[in-house]
Amino acid sequence: MAKKTLNIVESAYRAVMEEQDDTVLWLLAAMQAAGADHTVVLRGNAVNYAVAGQGAPGLTVGEWKQTQAPRMDRDVADLVENRKIRVLVVEEDLTERGIARGELVPGVKVVSRKTLPKLFAEHALVSHW
Amino acid sequence: MSSKTLTFVLMDPPYESENLTTAFRLLDIAARRGYDINVFAYEGASALAFTRQAPHPNPVHGKNVAEENHPTTKDQVAALLAEAKKNGGKVDWVSCGMCVDERGVNELVPGTRRGSPADLHALVEACDNLLAIPTK
Repeated sequence: MAKKTLNIVESAYRAVMEEQDDTVLWLLAAMQAAGADHTVVLRGNAVNYAVAGQGAPGLTVGEWKQTQAPRMDRDVADLVENRKIRVLVVEEDLTERGIARGELVPGVKVVSRKTLPKLFAEHALVSHW
Repeated sequence: MSSKTLTFVLMDPPYESENLTTAFRLLDIAARRGYDINVFAYEGASALAFTRQAPHPNPVHGKNVAEENHPTTKDQVAALLAEAKKNGGKVDWVSCGMCVDERGVNELVPGTRRGSPADLHALVEACDNLLAIPTK
């Protein structure tokens, strides 16, 4: 039985263009495939990962073009739908940024900051990224 | 004919931040406009032109090497040099020699060169404007 791990993801949009994904969410997805038991909490600027319909144009340098630019909403949906990773989003951080619940990808759950201590207690490990 | 010379100082290593994406977007525009461009690649940025970078498949995305088409900064550096040349400009891409050596990334894109702080001083003196994008 894998250790239940709560992953609080706060760093956002760090090298996502060069890596074509978020390196932490990627790592958690890969570990889940290896048998890990992860839950993700998006907080701070990372709550924006859950906003549907986002995406930046790929980088172009002269004749060189990036064809697989990252889509963070797609990656969050993949965690929920295919990896069976529970993804929670901190409500207060959404509110501070003017993001409405209706803008989020289906399947993510909005939680209050006040519920975080209870979540900590429910998990064997807590990682802050 | 280029009328301006711009110098950029980059510090971030590849695959670690969005700073380099911003830098390459600016460099691309400058190259398309035929400006002469100087780049001093310092500290982690000295690995940008390392020719042994290799794209990889992405099992999480379910894509092979071709489908993932993972970007490498050495390809972006080479494309920048070609674009500037096409538009009548030139790129003097200088990788800090000591930074390159300590990282073991001393196989550099053809058309770029090793250099020192003295080279950066010369580039700064000779340019019309300077943009330093430091690591934060």
